[in-house]
Amino acid sequence: MTANSVFQIIIYFAVIVILAKPLGLYMARVYENQPARMGRFLGPLERLFYKLCGINPEEEMGWKQYALSVIVFSAVGVLAVYLIQRIQGALFFNPQKFPAATPDLSFNTAVSFVTNTNWQNYGGENTLAYFTQMAALTVQNFVSAATGMAVLVALIRGFKRNSATTIGNFWADLTRGVIYILMPLSVILALALVPMGVIQSMGKYKTVKLIQAFTYDNPELDAHGNTVLDAKGSTVTEKAQMAEQTIPMGPVASQEAVKMLGTNGGGFFNVNSAHPFENPTPLSNLLETLAILLIPSALCLTFGEMANDRRQGWALLVAMLVVLVPLTFLCAHLEQGGNPHFASAGINQAASSLQSGGNMEGKETRFGITDSAIWATWTTAASNGSVNSMHDSFTPLGGLIPMLLIQLGEVIFGGVGSGLYGMIIFAIITVFVAGLMVGRTPEYLGKKIEMYEMKMAAFVVLIVNALIKIGTAIAVSTKAGLAGISNPGPHGFSEVLYAFSSFADNNGSAFAGLNGNTPFYNVMGGIIMFLGRFWVIIPVLAIAGSLAKKKHVPAGLGTLPTHTPLFVVFLIGVIIIVGALTFMPALALGPVADYLMH
Amino acid sequence: MNKKDKTKRSLFEPKIVRRAAWDSFRKLNPVYLVKNPVMFVVEAGSVLTTLLYFHAIITGKGEASPGFILQISIWLWVTVLFSNFAESMAEGRGKAQADALRKTRQDVMAKRLATHRRDSEVTKVTSSMLKKGDVVLVEAGDVIPMDGEAIEGVASVNESAITGESAPVIRESGGDRSAVTGGTIVLSDWLVVRITANPGETFLDRMIGMVEGAKRKKTPNEIALNILLAGLTIVFLLVTATLLPFSIFSVHAAGHGSPVTITVLAALLVCLIPTTIGGLLSAIGIAGMDRMIQANVIAMSGRAVEAAGDVDVLLLDKTGTITLGDRQATLFMPAPGVDGQALADAAQLSSLADETPEGRSIVVLAKEKYGLRERDIHALGAHFVPFSAQTRMSGVDLNGREIRKGAADAVEKYVVSKGGTFPSDVRTAVDDIARLGATPLVVAEDKRVLGVIRLNDIVKGGIKERFAEMRQMGIKTIMITGDNPLTAAAVAAEAGVDDFLAQATPETKLKLIREHQAGGRLVAMTGDGTNDAPALAQADVAVAMNTGTQAAKEAGNLVDLDSNPTKLIEIVEIGKQLLMTRGTLTTFSISNDVAKYFAILPAAFISIYPALKILNIMHLATPQSAVLSAVIFNALIIIFLIPLALRGVKYKPLGAQIVLRNNALIYGVGGLIVPFIGIKLIDMLITALHIV
Repeated sequence: MTANSVFQIIIYFAVIVILAKPLGLYMARVYENQPARMGRFLGPLERLFYKLCGINPEEEMGWKQYALSVIVFSAVGVLAVYLIQRIQGALFFNPQKFPAATPDLSFNTAVSFVTNTNWQNYGGENTLAYFTQMAALTVQNFVSAATGMAVLVALIRGFKRNSATTIGNFWADLTRGVIYILMPLSVILALALVPMGVIQSMGKYKTVKLIQAFTYDNPELDAHGNTVLDAKGSTVTEKAQMAEQTIPMGPVASQEAVKMLGTNGGGFFNVNSAHPFENPTPLSNLLETLAILLIPSALCLTFGEMANDRRQGWALLVAMLVVLVPLTFLCAHLEQGGNPHFASAGINQAASSLQSGGNMEGKETRFGITDSAIWATWTTAASNGSVNSMHDSFTPLGGLIPMLLIQLGEVIFGGVGSGLYGMIIFAIITVFVAGLMVGRTPEYLGKKIEMYEMKMAAFVVLIVNALIKIGTAIAVSTKAGLAGISNPGPHGFSEVLYAFSSFADNNGSAFAGLNGNTPFYNVMGGIIMFLGRFWVIIPVLAIAGSLAKKKHVPAGLGTLPTHTPLFVVFLIGVIIIVGALTFMPALALGPVADYLMH
Repeated sequence: MNKKDKTKRSLFEPKIVRRAAWDSFRKLNPVYLVKNPVMFVVEAGSVLTTLLYFHAIITGKGEASPGFILQISIWLWVTVLFSNFAESMAEGRGKAQADALRKTRQDVMAKRLATHRRDSEVTKVTSSMLKKGDVVLVEAGDVIPMDGEAIEGVASVNESAITGESAPVIRESGGDRSAVTGGTIVLSDWLVVRITANPGETFLDRMIGMVEGAKRKKTPNEIALNILLAGLTIVFLLVTATLLPFSIFSVHAAGHGSPVTITVLAALLVCLIPTTIGGLLSAIGIAGMDRMIQANVIAMSGRAVEAAGDVDVLLLDKTGTITLGDRQATLFMPAPGVDGQALADAAQLSSLADETPEGRSIVVLAKEKYGLRERDIHALGAHFVPFSAQTRMSGVDLNGREIRKGAADAVEKYVVSKGGTFPSDVRTAVDDIARLGATPLVVAEDKRVLGVIRLNDIVKGGIKERFAEMRQMGIKTIMITGDNPLTAAAVAAEAGVDDFLAQATPETKLKLIREHQAGGRLVAMTGDGTNDAPALAQADVAVAMNTGTQAAKEAGNLVDLDSNPTKLIEIVEIGKQLLMTRGTLTTFSISNDVAKYFAILPAAFISIYPALKILNIMHLATPQSAVLSAVIFNALIIIFLIPLALRGVKYKPLGAQIVLRNNALIYGVGGLIVPFIGIKLIDMLITALHIV
């Protein structure tokens, strides 16, 4: 690793930690309905919205009603996104005249965006109209993120309230999250990105003349569209000349900001933030990378603030950092180390003033290895899933790190809201085991962790694990699943495992290589994303409801403190053992074998 | 059932071991085992591998060598047996005790009375015919047929069958010593008893049920842990089950090797699921109850034992718990112009015949301070005047001298009536003593006041240290007393309790408990009187004294057979120990998995990806020996940990933070390291013996 690389990583993390506190405290005020100065600007908008929708923000909901609201809202979202894609050909803002997307792809994309996964089986610039990008995808980028945050806030209220039957109002939490948090931050980020070259256009795609026209071998096709083979079985080609290029355009900036801030990750373009119109410069890359972790890290402090003990929030943030910081360094280090095969061929892969060195395959030269490694680790830690480089082209162990971060259950930062409520589930399990070790019925934030909470927490851990494992098993055992695998050997296995981890944990990042736009992967993926999202949200809200009912137990000397380094270490141990160890056998057949064999 | 015998009883008594060994086979019944999801999965794995073995020897085309499958299968069976054995061992100790108790529950002939009067008509019936509300007569030599309440008479009763205490106790109608227990024997006098329990519902029955574990229901915390363990088991079931398609794909992708065998998958599954804690969990619970019994406490529910570990507030009666039962003389304060020796002499004379502990303590103090020997009151020709409610004084008449001692106002009245005066200095001394929380006793001879004796509450030795420990454990101690606030404060300060409730009445006690509970705290208390019953019923952990009334025993969820109020402290420790043992063994069990992965994974996949042998960091000899070693280790660790499960993890009253650190180091880090060593050793051994 170069000194420059170390320095960059430190700066990235330092900025996140500095920004986390003020934003975290601000968000706590938003959800406690005291957004102070912002309230004066945006309050009328909030109230107007309630009036239009007939919402009474003061009306409290029990956990079941809250959960039902989340699910109904999301189901309507899936339907809307699906329909817009299916009829986009007849709608406006479609200068390229894209026809309707296929039913399976529309389904996959709809679930993907509503569940905050943003798995991209579509290629935005080849499939979707501007209207679809704006009215379907961007809208879901906002509301799916706000839904995750709302569920988290409801859980926090469960800890906070004493002998209560309600955990807040979903519609109010949703509205506040969008109006006071996501919208202002997105406006700021979008305005910052536009001057750097992120486009915002409603016009047609541009066709430009190439500076240097070139010729290439174009495979000849028969009447059925199949390639024609000669007697030796090789493809028959003819020379063709390329003199023009079509450059896709679109309203990118408005979508880009919330794509990063809301841990969405579904890019306007197929190559996501590797595309120069999404992420043109190292500075835009810095801003977009920071946007990945900004809200997830700040929410930790929102949690501490709302639970009346800031140390609890810091403890969780530190636990996340303790896992992510070394893995970021390690990933950058492994990528800088380069390709072992090249090394044996005597190729110089050292960084120098003339070359970046290391493994540059699949990475943009304007970002280089360090910025790509930071993005790769952060986007998988937080369930963002956007990319600025192709993870499939990472070295075997370098690529294992993003996969591992997903399989840890998207709790190391994780999605906005969803990451932290996942982390709190792990904290509950940790408190349970550690609490027993000190000889008391375990308590977390003054609430006793009993049978019901354990049942729900165990279900959460189980469901995500099951979805990944069963999904992968089906894919590698069926023809339809195997058809999507493009690489032989353990690498092909990694692609499938990565995809299903990404589905179930609602990350959305892809290992590339896998051809996911088939009815099999579209439908399987859609179902798994849906279950991975809502079969976690429901037990989380059930825990919130159960905790809210309990009395608050004041902490004493015999109470296990949950803000200490010891607890943080214990928590990380549980996450690693439950998260990572259960994947060890599968990882051994994928990336580990991949690495060891080459 | 003597207490000393019990502590001597070794953990592995041959008789208990034999019975447990037999029971562990009986418990292989899947209908029984299904209650323990972890061990049920192990049994399913055992059956599966057994079938695979038969398949291999019959068809000759087994997925692995029959010898290997058989060995794995045997060790999986052994794992289940070891777990059953642990549970049976824990039960065995209770069963031995239950047998002894059952002997006392013979059917006896009872003398049923027609009315509540002793002299009414007597019908002889067997004790099993008695119903709640019947009235019986018990006389010297009779066995009390059923639990009941004395409604007439006084008798001495031998309760050693229940308490293990051979000294007889007094049972009398009215007051707080009216409860009698079936199976105990009347030694002298007689009692008329109203039966308070139906057959099969007596204290003895409940006790037998409890110690035997027959009525044992899983406690809330145990269920919660079971859910976590079941969750982990399903996760690992998925991990291993999906490895089959994964490895088939990998064989296809690699172009060589063979998929992982079902035998190895079963072995991997059993090694990964938390069998150590799963196998020992119910043994831990039963052993916790057993430790209560060792401490001579009968838990009416397992829930109470568990709750004891969570207690935040402890209500303790001052008298008998914090202080010695009675006040003791600590100082003679002579009146002006009176010699100290004279006061002591008079005080001693007046107390020689006074058999109350206060009286005895005055005699002792006179000897200590002034070297006055004890004299024989009859040899002196003295006439003892006992304490009476009218005079509120006691004393002695000796050769025309009238010596009296009593409360200040009573003595003042006496002296004034004799024509004397009550000196103001004595008045001041009396007030000072009272203000400091002690009791003043004024001594007078005829019309002359000699001085004041100060009686103090004597705080029990070592109690202050116990309270300091409790504070370390995070438990707040509150002293309950009928004394005035001044006295209470002084004793509280001396004993080092955190708080006190003075001038306590049943209502204020109940209110105090409710207040603490409303604040989310768990309250424990002890009590023996009928007026304690409401508070006992309200408290989360309520220890009733066995000498107490039936009402108190009904209201409590623990009964202390020794009737020792400080027992509560021990009970809390046992409760904590129970939870800690569960927690530490869970941590140990889960951290064991790391080493097992390193043993089994390379062995399972080496034919597909030979490069994975680098993961064999223990350098285990062959894939077969690696898998077998892991399975053997997994089974043996259960046996090794049985003593820990039965005895419980040692509890030291340190802060939660330190306890967690220590246990995390021992059982967490230890759990990571131990299996690496254990598996390697077993591998070396089985390789040397050419077992596989």
